[in-house]
Amino acid sequence: MNFDLTDERQMLQDSMRRYLNDSYSNEKIRSLADSEAGFCRDNWAGLADLGVIGALFDETDGGFGGAGFDIALVFEELGRVGAVEPLLDTAVLGGGILATLGTDTQKAHIESIMEGSLQLAMAHGEPQSRYELARVSTRARLVDGRYELDGQKSVVVNAATADYFIVSARTGEDTASPKGISLFLVPADAQGISLQDYPLTSGGRAAELMLDKVEVAATALLGHEGEGHEALELAHARATVAICAEALGLMEAIRTLTTDYLKIRKQFGKPIGKFQVLQHRMADMLIEIEQARSAVINLAGHVEASRDEREKHVSATKNLVGMVGKLVAEESIQLHGGIGMTEEYELGHLAKRLIMVDHRLGDSTHHLERFIELAVA
Amino acid sequence: MDLNYTTEQLAFRQEVRAFLQANLPQSLSDKVKYGKTLTKSEHEQWHAILHKQGWLASNWPVQYGGTGWDSVHRHLFEEELTRASAPRIVPFGLAMLGPVLQEFGSDEQKEYYLPRILNGEHWWCQGYSEPGAGSDLASLKTTAEFDGEHYIVNGQKTWTTLGQHANMIFCLVRTAKEGKPQEGISFLLIDMRSEGVTLRPIVLIDGEPEVNEVFFDNVKVPAKNLVGEQNKGWTYAKYLLTHERTNIAGVGFAVAGLASLKRIARTEMYKGRPLIENPHFAARIARVEIDLMAMSTTNLRVISQAAAGKAPGAESSMLKIKGSVIRQEINSLARSAIGPYAMPFVSEDLDPGSNDLPIGPEHATSVTATYFNNRKLSIYGGSNEIQRSIISKSLLEL
Ligand SMILES: Cc1cc2nc3c(=O)[nH]c(=O)nc-3n(C[C@H](O)[C@H](O)[C@H](O)COP(=O)(O)OP(=O)(O)OC[C@H]3O[C@@H](n4cnc5c(N)ncnc54)[C@H](O)[C@@H]3O)c2cc1C
Repeated sequence: MNFDLTDERQMLQDSMRRYLNDSYSNEKIRSLADSEAGFCRDNWAGLADLGVIGALFDETDGGFGGAGFDIALVFEELGRVGAVEPLLDTAVLGGGILATLGTDTQKAHIESIMEGSLQLAMAHGEPQSRYELARVSTRARLVDGRYELDGQKSVVVNAATADYFIVSARTGEDTASPKGISLFLVPADAQGISLQDYPLTSGGRAAELMLDKVEVAATALLGHEGEGHEALELAHARATVAICAEALGLMEAIRTLTTDYLKIRKQFGKPIGKFQVLQHRMADMLIEIEQARSAVINLAGHVEASRDEREKHVSATKNLVGMVGKLVAEESIQLHGGIGMTEEYELGHLAKRLIMVDHRLGDSTHHLERFIELAVA
Repeated sequence: MDLNYTTEQLAFRQEVRAFLQANLPQSLSDKVKYGKTLTKSEHEQWHAILHKQGWLASNWPVQYGGTGWDSVHRHLFEEELTRASAPRIVPFGLAMLGPVLQEFGSDEQKEYYLPRILNGEHWWCQGYSEPGAGSDLASLKTTAEFDGEHYIVNGQKTWTTLGQHANMIFCLVRTAKEGKPQEGISFLLIDMRSEGVTLRPIVLIDGEPEVNEVFFDNVKVPAKNLVGEQNKGWTYAKYLLTHERTNIAGVGFAVAGLASLKRIARTEMYKGRPLIENPHFAARIARVEIDLMAMSTTNLRVISQAAAGKAPGAESSMLKIKGSVIRQEINSLARSAIGPYAMPFVSEDLDPGSNDLPIGPEHATSVTATYFNNRKLSIYGGSNEIQRSIISKSLLEL
């Protein structure tokens, strides 16, 4: 048993922390909220240069990491500063699907991703699908050797900046069946795609994606027709490592901010951190954050395990992190008092981003239910 | 023990309901229903409608232009307002300052200010909190020095709700530095158009500039704007805080919030069925509903005591804690209910007359913003921690 980082990972963590501390500030994040991309392109290039994106890919794909613990390390650091860059979308979800299913030609994009010159977005969720992975009603039909896609994708994060979308569409079976889902690599400028783009509460941007008779070549298909579900599930498992580790980083940052504030804010002639009531609340918060850390470790360590084992950990961790995230965000605002309610103060962005974690890749209720199904099976 | 309203009370409820049906503009109730921020003139429009009916000052005695209702009638009235998604009555003049002036103000002050609260000429805001004085309000530092004719006010207030709409502010100011901090505080009425008053908006986490900082730089305030006696302001402020706070639990808001939550959960789909049919989600809604049912009765118990002439004390602390926690839980469930559509940030600036299509289902608009905004419920008006201290001191004598 060893919970220490390897030397390589330790180095990556150190250099990331230095870079992010220098290149991030609350003012910067607030200015990005009004920007066209919703994130900072310089930071994106900086992270690519540091090898952060490469750390999310396996050596066989030209990267130098890609394991659950690499993903966890990178995203915890991103979380600590509340970074809004779409690494989850481009590298873990999009890149992950390419790595699992791509042909050599399709996989060639991975190098551009690692260099920082290519953006992806996962166009999977639909207005009626909520958090169900297999509920896909967007259709793909093979017409004269080309696929024609029709449907609507909702809250597609990083849509407006993406060069390609990974679109899930049904080529067979019923709406909710895991069978019959196909995945396509669709150029963002394909005819028939329209976007309704908007900012997100967490920072970054997303869009509603309309697919109206979007024609793509048969070579746009990723993997085999009708067999996309397995790769989707794996990519979502790895993305769950990422988002939960990010949540952990956010929680750590929030805890530090709140503890520091309790030491300097004085009421009734003393620092409010001297009130036992608040000390206990912080102690509870700390206990729960440690629970979250262990849950993230559990998941990161099982993401390469068998499907059933892996998915049980996906749901366990996402459920726990969702609950703890809510506690940490709400308690930290409460313990700050009025200042915690303001947009200007650092906490606001971190707390909002943390709460929003529960709205991606399945919320805590969804994963509780899923855990029951997986654990009973 | 009789849990029913009297025939007279039920008839009154019917009367209010009919009035609202006929007079509450849909343009206003729609905004309230979807959690949108009302403009100043919309607030004024609603106040004017109620004023015309004579129902604006539901907590004032008849002699001052109020309704003279007892706490049960007031409760019914408030419940009907929220049920119909009426805008809330802006509390600063009507619920806060009015009762203080009626109890402690001079005849001249009553004659001058009370009618102006009713007709909307004065929009009041509350200047209590300061950057250094929140929970420990008595440590406030804004000073008022008397020069024989005027009070010269210097300092800063903060978190001033809707100060951007206000032309008047009632302030707690320091007039003496000796003795206990509570003993050197006075209650002063200040015209915000006076020279030396400046306002800076504060944007909250939902993106709305709901509160403000107010700065006072040698502001001259006429001596006649002092309420009651100099250095007795703390007594008046406390009177305001404990007096007739029957609506503090916000039962009506919780009931409306729960109804809206269920509406959302009936429309949202999960695994091919309405979300409300999902046992885990349904259990979470049920849990908060059960709490709300009990809390409504706690509320009525306090109200009927008040109607019998027993002013609530620390009971209002209990209602404030339970009420805020229940409302926050309802807001949180609504956020969960809309799933991924909680993520889009829709700026309110884009709303009126905007050609933008709504993002996601219409019921999702403002849900996330309301969730974040209502974190304030357990912070302002004495935080829930402070309320617990009051309970443990007054009710438990610990
Ligand atoms: C949206 C909003 C609107 C507001 N509107 C107005 C307004 O119109 N006018 C106005 O005057 N004020 C207004 N306020 C201010 C509000 O009343 C204060 O925020 C509140 O009194 C808390 O003070 P604070 O923010 O300084 O927090 P602090 O007093 O610094 O408290 C920080 C934390 O410490 C806790 N704490 C403090 N003392 C103790 C103790 N002794 N024991 C245990 N815990 C303690 C608090 O509960 C809180 O969790 C508003 C606030 C908000 C958020």
